[in-house]
Amino acid sequence: MSKQLTPKSSKKQSPESSKNLPPGLQLENVDDRIMTLNVGPQHPGSGHMRLIIKVDGDYIVNCDPDPGYVHRGEEKMAEYRNYITNIPHLERPVIHDSCNILYPYCLGIEELVGIEVPERAKYLRVIAAELNRCVYTQYWLAIYGIFLGHSTMFMWPAGDRELLIDLLEKMSGARVTHAYFVPGGIRNDVPANFEDVCLRQVNYFEKRIKEYAGIFYDNPILIARTKDTGVLSREDAIRLGTTGSVLRASGVDFDIRKKEPYDVYDELDVHSNVMKAGDSYARSKVPWLDMLESCNIIRQALEKMPKSGGVRTKLKPNPKGGDDEVYRRVESGRGSLGMHIVSDKKPQPYRLKISVGSFRNLIAMPYLLKGEKLGNMPAVYWSLNYWPVEADR
Amino acid sequence: MSTSDNKETAQESTQVEAKPEDKPKENLPAFEKSLTDKIQKKFGDKTEIAYVKSNRTRVNVKKEDVVKAAQFIREMGFDHAESVSGVDYPESKEIEVVYHLGSYSDPTLAKQILALATRATREDDPKPGNDSTKLPSLRDVFYSVEFHERECFEMLGVFFEGHPDNRRLLLPEDWADIPPLRKDFGNKGR
Amino acid sequence: MLKDLVTPQNANVFLGNLGDILIKAVDKPLGMALNWGRLWSLWPVHIETACCSVEFGAASGPRYDVERFGIIEAFGSLRQCDLVVVQGTITRKMAPRLRLVYDQMPEPKYVIAMGACAITGGLYFDSYNVLPGIDGVLPVDVYVPGCPPRPETLIQACMLLQEKIKRQKIR
Repeated sequence: MSKQLTPKSSKKQSPESSKNLPPGLQLENVDDRIMTLNVGPQHPGSGHMRLIIKVDGDYIVNCDPDPGYVHRGEEKMAEYRNYITNIPHLERPVIHDSCNILYPYCLGIEELVGIEVPERAKYLRVIAAELNRCVYTQYWLAIYGIFLGHSTMFMWPAGDRELLIDLLEKMSGARVTHAYFVPGGIRNDVPANFEDVCLRQVNYFEKRIKEYAGIFYDNPILIARTKDTGVLSREDAIRLGTTGSVLRASGVDFDIRKKEPYDVYDELDVHSNVMKAGDSYARSKVPWLDMLESCNIIRQALEKMPKSGGVRTKLKPNPKGGDDEVYRRVESGRGSLGMHIVSDKKPQPYRLKISVGSFRNLIAMPYLLKGEKLGNMPAVYWSLNYWPVEADR
Repeated sequence: MSTSDNKETAQESTQVEAKPEDKPKENLPAFEKSLTDKIQKKFGDKTEIAYVKSNRTRVNVKKEDVVKAAQFIREMGFDHAESVSGVDYPESKEIEVVYHLGSYSDPTLAKQILALATRATREDDPKPGNDSTKLPSLRDVFYSVEFHERECFEMLGVFFEGHPDNRRLLLPEDWADIPPLRKDFGNKGR
Repeated sequence: MLKDLVTPQNANVFLGNLGDILIKAVDKPLGMALNWGRLWSLWPVHIETACCSVEFGAASGPRYDVERFGIIEAFGSLRQCDLVVVQGTITRKMAPRLRLVYDQMPEPKYVIAMGACAITGGLYFDSYNVLPGIDGVLPVDVYVPGCPPRPETLIQACMLLQEKIKRQKIR
């Protein structure tokens, strides 16, 4: 009886009470103190991504990420195109990391069709992937600079990444959308003097990014803003299934280049960078350490690379896989990037699922932002190494 | 310059017939075999081992057993989900959901990806959330599948029972068509 | 009497009307000067809609530096902006938001459609969630082809837009 009565009475009361009270004077309830903020999709910091944040005063009490503003249906489109014509649109989710997003796709198709990649192509793939990782991380760092109001940190990485873009342009002919990896190797060989130019540029690049420590990572303002904000413990990082720099900043030593080496990573000396703190500072520093490591890998690969040889095993036109499925993953700039390709003896994939690091790190965002101050939101949000276009696919 | 390079490489590279390798089934990788043996020992004929390849194994279970199987797999050391992909099979009237599970905490399992697949019935006229296309959610077993399952719900219309918020994630708010990754949904002009 | 008429609530309207009257009065003699002022301080909205934003970022970086040509870097409120660079694909979820952004900007405002996706849908011509070009959403002034356009192309588009503004009647 009482259960039936209460909603009726409350229904009756609510219009009366709102009549009696002047608007704006109903702040006695705790619920009324909580305000809803829409961060994005247009926001000077975050692009193409919305966070619905509830704040109590200065503290975030709830965060509901609303991605999907760049959802372009890549997975559906892939079912209509054959394995080769899928390449250009599959690299669009992260055009500044396009080599790494094509890497698992090419590895998967090579496994499906059953072809081997020439030795020189394997090394060139590693070089292109590592260069592209640096290009991605530099852009990410530049935007992190904007997020924290550090304009110099936008200008420096945005300028230095052009060095490596030049190298990639020499290799593939395009500034950002390389479409350099194809099933069976790479699209074309590098020009004659590439090794010398690459070594010189990478050495200079390494010298430049070491200077970032002084201006950015040792900056007391940055440390004050990012230290101890958004702490993700080791257990939670594993439980939430985060990946890449977010995971390694929380003290889990998991780098797919090292744990499950693909192509020639097992012949190279790869060191994965781990920090134990798990806060925004660690998450912003691990990608920078990765860039230094990438320079090492590129130098090793240049040294060990065969100086001549074929770079592409030609496929038959319209290659077909068997009645099979593969799941291949690589370490991209944002962490593990896996592709699940289901084939049904047709030239088109039956189903292509792209499992990206950004989407997997998204789950950590509401978890970390709860209880954080609103001012710390940008520092936490972008430290998750999140690229919205990739997460939406 | 570049065109000559291309010609050279085209001459150098050899034409290889694209054919799947036919390996004898006897020499299955030992470690992966031991993993699937554990699962088969526990569940018997409720599970079906789809394949055992190097570093990749796949187990098919019925939807009644998927939570128990997932709990057992978590006890084996797999602690997170890499991806959850739904595949639509209109011929057999089923939608398959594949959980790709990996391990961070156990270094011996670091290379392994265990695919746990289960199937839900498919209806020709889908009403997402209100028809028989339902599966138990693995969110309580593997917390990391939360957003993946939300994506799977809107893309294929598989309702996950026990999931705290089966809301829309990527598609526009006013999406009224059938779930787009079903095979009977066609892109325009295709 | 003026005090009674102008309240804080309607001061904006009064000022706006005053501005219209002023603009009509100065269009002939001062139009050139006003357009010249707009020309070199185009302020783009920071709305990144898809992957072309990477090249937009590179264009505001040190090597290409669009600030030399009068395009100010994209920081700040959209109520001070007068240029929308639509950086790539507009999905069905984003289109109403893009229009909302455009409607909030003060006149005069200009639109650059950057990239193949913003012009015709580009690579995503058959995708279920992508608009075939933004012409149905915004009035476009300059189209920039490319997927993505190089920063030089974007700079050229900005210069074309400046040419267009030079010849416009002030509004």
